[in-house]
Amino acid sequence: MQAYLAEYLPILIFLGIAVGLAAIIVLASMVIAPQHPEREKLSAYECGFEPFDDTRGRFDVRFYLVAILFIIFDLEVAFLFPWAVSLGEIGMFGFWSMIVFLIVLTVGFVYEWKKGGLEWE
Amino acid sequence: MAEIFWGTIWPLVLLIVYILVIVVPLLVAVAYLTYAERKVIGGMQLRQGPMFVGPYGLLQPLADGVKLFFKETVIPSRANKGVFLIAPMITFILALIGWAVIPFGDGLVLADINVGILYLFAVSSLGVYGIIMAGWASNSRYAFLGALRSSAQMISYEIAMGMIIISVLLTAGSLNLSEIVRAQAEQGWYLFWHFPMFMIFLVAILAETNRLPFDLPEDEASLVTGYNVEYSSMTFALFFLGEYANMILMSAMATILFLGGWLPPFEVAPFTWIPGPIWFILKVCVILFVYIWARATLPRYRYDQLMRLGWKVLLPISFGWLVLTAGVLVAFDLVPG
Repeated sequence: MQAYLAEYLPILIFLGIAVGLAAIIVLASMVIAPQHPEREKLSAYECGFEPFDDTRGRFDVRFYLVAILFIIFDLEVAFLFPWAVSLGEIGMFGFWSMIVFLIVLTVGFVYEWKKGGLEWE
Repeated sequence: MAEIFWGTIWPLVLLIVYILVIVVPLLVAVAYLTYAERKVIGGMQLRQGPMFVGPYGLLQPLADGVKLFFKETVIPSRANKGVFLIAPMITFILALIGWAVIPFGDGLVLADINVGILYLFAVSSLGVYGIIMAGWASNSRYAFLGALRSSAQMISYEIAMGMIIISVLLTAGSLNLSEIVRAQAEQGWYLFWHFPMFMIFLVAILAETNRLPFDLPEDEASLVTGYNVEYSSMTFALFFLGEYANMILMSAMATILFLGGWLPPFEVAPFTWIPGPIWFILKVCVILFVYIWARATLPRYRYDQLMRLGWKVLLPISFGWLVLTAGVLVAFDLVPG
């Protein structure tokens, strides 16, 4: 257990250094460079117009759809990772179980394709 | 006292030195990648590119960095200040920490974890957070739309990338990046076994890093520059550095998965004299050149074409190839391990 965790120590320290570096770069620039904030400069860029309402309004529902489809397929990829490296040990049974799972998934994919879930017009 | 020093502190100091040995050349490489990009594109368009700062313009990236550093950090009044500042840092940090598991040569790796490729895949997936946080926190229309487009595009191409990685895993039989390269020493580079996957991988990493011809999130004509429109000074620079470091990281990933990492192309005398890390860097440079080449050559995709390519072309092909690979390996009893 200890040796297993020790492998990840360099990554933790790397993360620490990366966080420190990023913070130093931004803060040093903010301290050293002259800052002259004013009202017009701090307004959101909108081609010279005053932004007249909150910008986090409605957007196309297709973005949600893509996110949902992504979750399904990314989970599938997550399932496939351990399967791929242990295929030698789980043999024919493991192979065919995954094929059945993939067929089910493919049926779903074909359905959503035919339904027009992948169209962007 | 001496025991504590040699037992605990000294290895830690050594570790920090190793990390800096990776990070500092990486940041220099990022700086000169921007220089190389401008020079190469200049050459392709019969221009000269940067040439006034230093000999052949070699100090140009340095000058750009210094200029950005002394600019004012503008934080829009309607932005969520905390998230606004954290977003570029996340992009930058994620682009750096991926390098912890990259094997530059045989045994030349900081953290030789046994799920290396999974870690790399996870880190590159997390990159979406920096972008969507930037777009949301800016509270600007262009930034918001750019972030939406960008994240939808990245997650779409990530699936194809995952399938490609699994095809490689099936033939290598390990998640460890060094083991994947060693498997290629025996079986030949996966460039040959998985050639269609290599091509798709190249397309997917272009989309994953929002590069031309898939740089719709930064579409100048319709979105100004997309999610980073409100950023200035070093917060902008961090996005920029992060994006380019990500490009190099993705190229390194392609090198490890398909081009045999640190292995020389032929196992004969003149090639084996050159040390592994040099081969590794050369191969990464070749893929980076393809990145720049694509930018200079190809026109930008339309967003619907981009999504169609990801979901209706790359995903089915990589999925089919994955099943084919597994089937062939099982049928001919070639499964490793």
